[in-house]
Amino acid sequence: MSATHHRTVGLGYIAISVVAVIFGTILSLLMRLHLSWPAWPLPIHGLILPEEYLALVTMHGTIMLFFVLTVAPQSGFGNLILPAQIGSRSMAFPRLNATSMWLTAIALATLVAAFFVPQGAPISGWTAYPPLSASALAGPGQGTGMDFWLAAIALFAIASTASAINALTTIVKLRGDGMTWQRLPLTVWGWFTAALLSVIAFSVLLAALAMLFCDRHLHTGFFLPAQDLINATLLQHHGDGSPLLWLHLFWFFGHPEVYIAILPGMGLTSMVLANFARRRVFAYRLMIATTLLIGFLGILVWGHHMFVAGLNPFAGSAFAISTMAIALPSAAKVLSWLATIWRSRPQFTTPMLFALGFVSLFITGGLTGPILAQPILDEYLHNTFFVVAHFHLIMAMAGVFGLLCATYYWFPLIFHRQLSERLGKWHFWLTIFGAYATFLPMHLTGLAGEPRQYSQLNGIPGPATTLLATTTDLQLHITVSAFFLACAQLPFLYNLIATMLAPSTSPENPWSATTMEWSPADLLTTHRGSCHYFDDGINFTPQWQPGATPAPPPE
Amino acid sequence: MLSAQANPGQHFWHLPIDASKHGPALDQHLLLNLWIALALLTLAHIILFAGLAFRRRASRPIHKATLEYLPLAALTILFAFLSVRAQHLWATQRYTDASLEAMQVEVTGMQFAWYFRYPGHDATFGNTKLSLVAPGEGNPLGIDPHDPHSADDIVTSQLVLPAGREVDLTLLSQDVIHGFSVPEMRLKQNALPGQTAHIHFTPTVPGTYAILCTQLCGLGHYRMTATMLILPLDKFAIWLQHHEIRP
Repeated sequence: MSATHHRTVGLGYIAISVVAVIFGTILSLLMRLHLSWPAWPLPIHGLILPEEYLALVTMHGTIMLFFVLTVAPQSGFGNLILPAQIGSRSMAFPRLNATSMWLTAIALATLVAAFFVPQGAPISGWTAYPPLSASALAGPGQGTGMDFWLAAIALFAIASTASAINALTTIVKLRGDGMTWQRLPLTVWGWFTAALLSVIAFSVLLAALAMLFCDRHLHTGFFLPAQDLINATLLQHHGDGSPLLWLHLFWFFGHPEVYIAILPGMGLTSMVLANFARRRVFAYRLMIATTLLIGFLGILVWGHHMFVAGLNPFAGSAFAISTMAIALPSAAKVLSWLATIWRSRPQFTTPMLFALGFVSLFITGGLTGPILAQPILDEYLHNTFFVVAHFHLIMAMAGVFGLLCATYYWFPLIFHRQLSERLGKWHFWLTIFGAYATFLPMHLTGLAGEPRQYSQLNGIPGPATTLLATTTDLQLHITVSAFFLACAQLPFLYNLIATMLAPSTSPENPWSATTMEWSPADLLTTHRGSCHYFDDGINFTPQWQPGATPAPPPE
Repeated sequence: MLSAQANPGQHFWHLPIDASKHGPALDQHLLLNLWIALALLTLAHIILFAGLAFRRRASRPIHKATLEYLPLAALTILFAFLSVRAQHLWATQRYTDASLEAMQVEVTGMQFAWYFRYPGHDATFGNTKLSLVAPGEGNPLGIDPHDPHSADDIVTSQLVLPAGREVDLTLLSQDVIHGFSVPEMRLKQNALPGQTAHIHFTPTVPGTYAILCTQLCGLGHYRMTATMLILPLDKFAIWLQHHEIRP
């Protein structure tokens, strides 16, 4: 395969994500170790200092959000599967595609390099609020480390915009004969909507990054007030700006970003549930509509990150309503998933289990969304571990379950080998248990008042220690569970290696799937919509099979 | 005044004690939300497991519209109901300013400390300038000594307030964004450099409470805490007398 072949590029993206997810997980485990045993010195390194803890927080969030949850579902599996699923042999711009992938790799290298510059990695979190992020005086890591962060994310934004334009063009222009919009699988609708959001969101992020760079090095004041005293030094700059402008621009990007991470997984879940339930997706057209509606509403809700940031309280009310509204298309998706499998006696293959896990985690993480959408409740919950629990369940864990589902489901297609089902099932049960054991208790520590990004929960002078001491037992439980969750990935790792070393054995369409990516290579013409399964649970009419379409069983 | 302690959900959900006037209504709404979320979580998983466990039927006679739109309509009504209740509480707290009788205290955040300023006898804060800030010389807020209003300003590192009287806090920051948060008062608002924010509330239960910083502000973020001391009215009067500066 050539270096610009979409499968090569896709595997390149997956490789970036694998490196990133291993690295990001190690960072999170170090955070948990430090929170539970702050006096424990890390071998070779020694004690983890407060600024080093914050560097772990910042890099964990940045790496996981950008290089795992954005790269793997959208660019990785998008490139591997998207062309085949729409009856095309390639992506629209192969060279641009390969360039984006290498830019993303350089971005990751740049980001990780921030650990090794003088004063280390930045400490301002993945949201990089100024003035903390605008001046090297504000803390260690905010000098060279922060510049590396800015460069890395700027490269990433350029690569993601190019990659999204590529995906959009491919879907609009390169669909094979007979692949009408209504016949597109829901995964493609997920990629399409996420690509639309990427173009809008990443261009705004790039502009904000450029402005922050100017504030840091060219004495502008986009995000700085006329007078700002940091570390006993009055900043020398022109203009009278506001940090709130950064919050607006960042979250105008940041909220669509979380939908970019989860929309492909939502589409895949619908298709995999239908595949193994041997049914049509319940309310297919409504699922297309809700995908687009979630994308559209996703760009109208950024203010819910700012309820207590200094926004006009009337604006808080408006953003509360748009945020509540997004719960409805999301609930419609859950209803469709539940109805699709209702009394279907599905085949419990590993990809099916992970799709069901996605549904469970999406429900659990999603139900706290409407709570956080109410400004008066967010006043109490904002920046506590309740929020950490919410987004780790709905975005991180559901997102990862989508990725694992995709890996088990498409592995035979890409590598002509099937991952061990026995190990896969162990992997699923251990992972879902670990995910809930780690993130459910965080709701309670958050409700007890534990703020995010505290490098230490005990030994703080005054009544704060008394307040935070109520969470001590749960903290230990969370740390142990996090290690359990990480170890639960070992059977998966073994499964991958053992399967790759084994000879190729897999049949052409092992899951009896109906969508185009499973068609024999020379068939690119689509003859019908997806999910035409017979009521006997065995027979099916794939999209590539010519001839009449048998009447489908009633929904 | 202590009615919030009687709520059994408070313990189950690990909520700390509730010592402000607006707190019990907020807690009640929060607990309602949490119980509803838990109920919906359970219901959805029962449907999920039942759907997987039950024997396959020959056909599904249930009408699609009923299955899809009826639950959606129910959820819409539920979310609308919760929204209206929440907006009402939000409006009560935020849409109006503090009453004119409210006690004025200025809160200033800086890496990594909180300072509190009371206006003194003249009920007016003296001017401050960032160029005058000199913590080593006892002027961490940069109060202008030439302003006649400055002389009687009281600056403390502990926020001492009387129980039962409304307080209007003016939030400021000298450097980066800080988050002023008092979990036991169910209170949170960011302090931004270059702009002021106001938040008003009435503490009800005397005691000692933690003030936390809830917006990542640098390496000492975790230790940017302070104490809020709520005193009965008579004891507060004595405290004030001790701290008052006679011109």
